[in-house]
Amino acid sequence: MRIDGRKKDELRPIEAKVGVLKNANGSAMFRMGNTIAVAGVFGPREVHPKHKEEAERAILRTEYRMSAFSTTSRSRPGPSRRSKEISMVIREALVPVLFLEEFPKTAIDVHIEVLQADASTRCAALNAAALALADAGVQMRDLVASCSAGKTNGEIVLDIAGKEDTDGELDLPVAYYPHKKMITLLQMDGIATKEEMKKIIALAKKGCEEIYEIQKKVLKEKYKEGDKDEQ
Amino acid sequence: MIETDKELIKNIVMKGKRLDKRAFDEYRKIAIESGVISSAEGSARVRIGDTEVVAGVKMDIGEPYPDSKDAGVLTVNAEFLPLASEEFESGPPREDSIELARVVDRAIRESKCIDFKKLCIEEGKKVWMVFVDISVIDHDGNLIDAAGLASVQALASARMPKLIKNKDSYEVDYENRSKEKLPMSGIPVSTTFVKIGGQIMADPLLSEELAMDARLTVGTFDSNGKIRFCSMQKGGNGGFTEDEIAAILDMAEEKGEELRKLIKKG
Repeated sequence: MRIDGRKKDELRPIEAKVGVLKNANGSAMFRMGNTIAVAGVFGPREVHPKHKEEAERAILRTEYRMSAFSTTSRSRPGPSRRSKEISMVIREALVPVLFLEEFPKTAIDVHIEVLQADASTRCAALNAAALALADAGVQMRDLVASCSAGKTNGEIVLDIAGKEDTDGELDLPVAYYPHKKMITLLQMDGIATKEEMKKIIALAKKGCEEIYEIQKKVLKEKYKEGDKDEQ
Repeated sequence: MIETDKELIKNIVMKGKRLDKRAFDEYRKIAIESGVISSAEGSARVRIGDTEVVAGVKMDIGEPYPDSKDAGVLTVNAEFLPLASEEFESGPPREDSIELARVVDRAIRESKCIDFKKLCIEEGKKVWMVFVDISVIDHDGNLIDAAGLASVQALASARMPKLIKNKDSYEVDYENRSKEKLPMSGIPVSTTFVKIGGQIMADPLLSEELAMDARLTVGTFDSNGKIRFCSMQKGGNGGFTEDEIAAILDMAEEKGEELRKLIKKG
């Protein structure tokens, strides 16, 4: 049993919604326990500045941000080295599923705001971003699902949260492209043996598969036949 | 923009070869020199093939973070010098230079190879700040491994500056460095692999990086004769299967040992 009563391989309660914003072309909210992310997609649209455009494909731009009030001690607004790195790995996790070659000379902008942070913020951000891209009608090969696994008190557990994160020994976020069985985001910090690493990666992948089912369900509900909002 | 013939590189790989005729698990020639910068507390120049990186360690007194009042502070920064590549320009840091610094930082920090508690001068008030600055001088791929080696060698060869205690303040005497080394045990190294056309290979050339599907950097260190993993970072617009990752972990273990042997302690 874990601090919050979960089993070792159990995700936190998840809530997901698509079409949560009026202005963005596509949007989604993804909540994993106390971590909440909202994503808004604009585009494909004209590229500014012009010199960034690519002749044969759309460029994908991702921005991960954390609200100042999202953490216990206020986090300074504006980009940090951490947020720039996370924006980059999120982009690299999404590119494989997008048909960017369908929209040459355009930009697809994905803005993600972490409103509340309790570990795995990059995973919640990615889950929201994938749903928002689908909601925007951007052609995709598949969704991308993300979650983390790690080690706390010597135990390998799924979806580390709260005290498990602050006192934990290892955190390993993964993003997964289910159709190709490909891991498109992989980071790790902490100490582990090779055998532990393999177990943790497999567990994180299993978590991603569960999240993938939730993402599909939310999209199907929104776009089921006869949905008047969408016609 | 640097252009590379991705198809050509893929075709060579399909034939089981590499552009520079290396084996897939083979690193280029690595040369490490330490103490190359006399103004720094510790320094190293690393060449991996035509890639060249210099790292310098500077130390100063500063205030600890509120959540670790009794520990010194590590800061890793990387500059991609404009003279290293036609792609590099002066100005705000590129996202790949931020990534490089953070990946190098992660391997050092997570391996716990530096005992930061021993870098506390006065709890809650004064601690040693350790700055590792990495300058990329010439870019022919695999900057992360070169920067990782240079940083660790610079830290291992560093000598603490003298600390002078005045009535109610401290001063650092950089002219008279002590013989004291940093409290360091274990050597963390980063090993980087790329995938091109389904083939995994170590120590990518710049042209291989431009043609790659994805990249994976794995940090390992030695702990009482056992190898442990301490960091990972996937890069590039592609991914890896679980089996490919398992194969990379095996290679990282082996190659990490080879690289560790090149670091001179002290």
